[in-house]
Amino acid sequence: MSEQDKQDPALEDGEKLTETRFSRRGKKRDMPGGLWLKCENCGQMIYRKELEEKARVCPACEFHFTLPGRERIALVLDEGSWHERFTDIRALDRLQFNDSVPYLEKVKRAEERTRQTEALLCGTGAVLGREIVLAVLDFSFMGGSMGEVVGEKIALACELATELQRPLVIFTSSGGARMHEGVLSLMQMAKTCAALADFGDKGGFSVCVMTHPTTGGVTASFASVCDITLAEPGALIGFAGPRVIASTIKQELPPGFQRAEFLLEKGQLDRIVRRSDLKSVLSRLLDYAKGSKVEKSKH
Amino acid sequence: MSDKPQKPEGTPMGMSFERPIQELEARLSELESLSLRTGLDISEEIEALKKSVRSRTESIYKNLSAWETVSVARHADRPGAVDYIANILGDFIELHGDKVYGEDPAIVTGLATIKNRRFMLVAHRKGRTTKERLACNFGCAHPEGYRKALRKMKLAEKLRLPIVAMINTPGAYPGIGAEERGQAAAIAENILAMFYLRVPILVIVIGEGGSGGALGIGIGDRVLMLQYSYYSVISPEGCAAILWKDTERIPEAAEALKLTSSDLKELQVIDGVIPEPLGGAHRAPTVLMDEVKKTILKELDGLDRIPTEELLRRRRDRYRHLGALAGRFPTVAAGLR
Repeated sequence: MSEQDKQDPALEDGEKLTETRFSRRGKKRDMPGGLWLKCENCGQMIYRKELEEKARVCPACEFHFTLPGRERIALVLDEGSWHERFTDIRALDRLQFNDSVPYLEKVKRAEERTRQTEALLCGTGAVLGREIVLAVLDFSFMGGSMGEVVGEKIALACELATELQRPLVIFTSSGGARMHEGVLSLMQMAKTCAALADFGDKGGFSVCVMTHPTTGGVTASFASVCDITLAEPGALIGFAGPRVIASTIKQELPPGFQRAEFLLEKGQLDRIVRRSDLKSVLSRLLDYAKGSKVEKSKH
Repeated sequence: MSDKPQKPEGTPMGMSFERPIQELEARLSELESLSLRTGLDISEEIEALKKSVRSRTESIYKNLSAWETVSVARHADRPGAVDYIANILGDFIELHGDKVYGEDPAIVTGLATIKNRRFMLVAHRKGRTTKERLACNFGCAHPEGYRKALRKMKLAEKLRLPIVAMINTPGAYPGIGAEERGQAAAIAENILAMFYLRVPILVIVIGEGGSGGALGIGIGDRVLMLQYSYYSVISPEGCAAILWKDTERIPEAAEALKLTSSDLKELQVIDGVIPEPLGGAHRAPTVLMDEVKKTILKELDGLDRIPTEELLRRRRDRYRHLGALAGRFPTVAAGLR
């Protein structure tokens, strides 16, 4: 089993495999001072600063580490073009869910840790001059899990893109539905698809880039039904988590199972795109949408 | 009537709360056979015992916990798709296959008739015998099952037949083949496609409403639940394992998830609850199935009256503003909707 597989239990409880935990966990194994960390894929010791300079891509094996939402936005959008929207939508605790820590307390902690109001960052920006609506799921906020706020913001992103006549680009990294919101989180799968259906009817063009890891209710809803589905190299993408599958079928999973390359081979992705090529591939893709009802970009 | 009392022995897992009822029922059948055998007139005692069976069942079922409800929803004698097909349909022509990869018996689809009403039935199938259950993966469908469902729903649209979906699954199957063939994408595509189908869709949760596997055939204009069915984002077992790694706390997880029909009605996720006979559907399957039959006819009549464009608009709005949260969130632009 690879290092990654060992972390899979945490994938279901999105909360545990946060970026903070990631680095904290990494730090323990690191050289003094935390200047170095070990690649979760190949085990190579990496100089932390070098990893950050390379947009968190392992210099040895090219493993694409989970990217925090704000870093993703900085990577994809033209400098200064980002305008975040819908930051005032906050979670409700309609189930009054309390497992040792009340749900809203968990949300508050995630807010403080990430300095953002939810797992989904939504707004407008430009990719090499092409204006888009961008939605980014951040794994460091409760495992990028989808509750009512994330579902609502995806739906609002669709409506904003319709209103502005811009393409919609979504980046996902998520453990799936947010258990603490029970069946209401499940229903976000329906809500996001209903909004995408309306967006599609108006001629809207949608691109989803699935990044490591994207599982559960996010893969099984809006992420998979965008017009174009892309993935980053090595990203774990699936419906059920590998640990659940292994315990159900009681056998070891084949190497590379549920990785982006596996999905591509099985005909389930349009392309795999390396982080370093992302901006250029996205901008070229967006140009092809100019024939649809979405208006030409001004550039 | 196939309704027969439960025997105390072999109580299914999680059904121990029924033991007092089962003991009374066993004594009642003893008395009845005694009276038959000996000709003794013990009708008064029998009547009294019948009364106490009734009152005991009433009191137990009135205070059913969430976890007990889940156990009732999973009861082996609870009517499933196969029973509805055999008992309430006047005609049924099963249509197999996704015509791409394979045939998944975990979802049964076909042309169905009740009285003078034709429709497309799409239902999770768990099977009755051990062999059937294994073949159906206990109601856990593969991508080909969801794709079969979609194919038949599109046929229904072409034939202008309404769709009745019966949900009864622990969840979509988690396996290598299922992932290879795009389980997530199959479910996502069904959810999206159901927002385009230009015929009425009635959804009834008849047993287990297990997460995305349920939603994969679960987008409807009207969504109903049987009284003792459940609908949840995760099983109570899964939830307890993640939160506490403790099987002892499964009942607590069931409670926290708010997964019963009354919870979902309160959260305005479903439109209505179909009441079950005293002591649950497994005690009087034919009574329950008759109720479902009447409900289907009534609901389809109601949906008939809505013009197609409005039907689609309402369906999308229903999920877009689920749980009556419209107005709480900002809107993109005034007059957009």
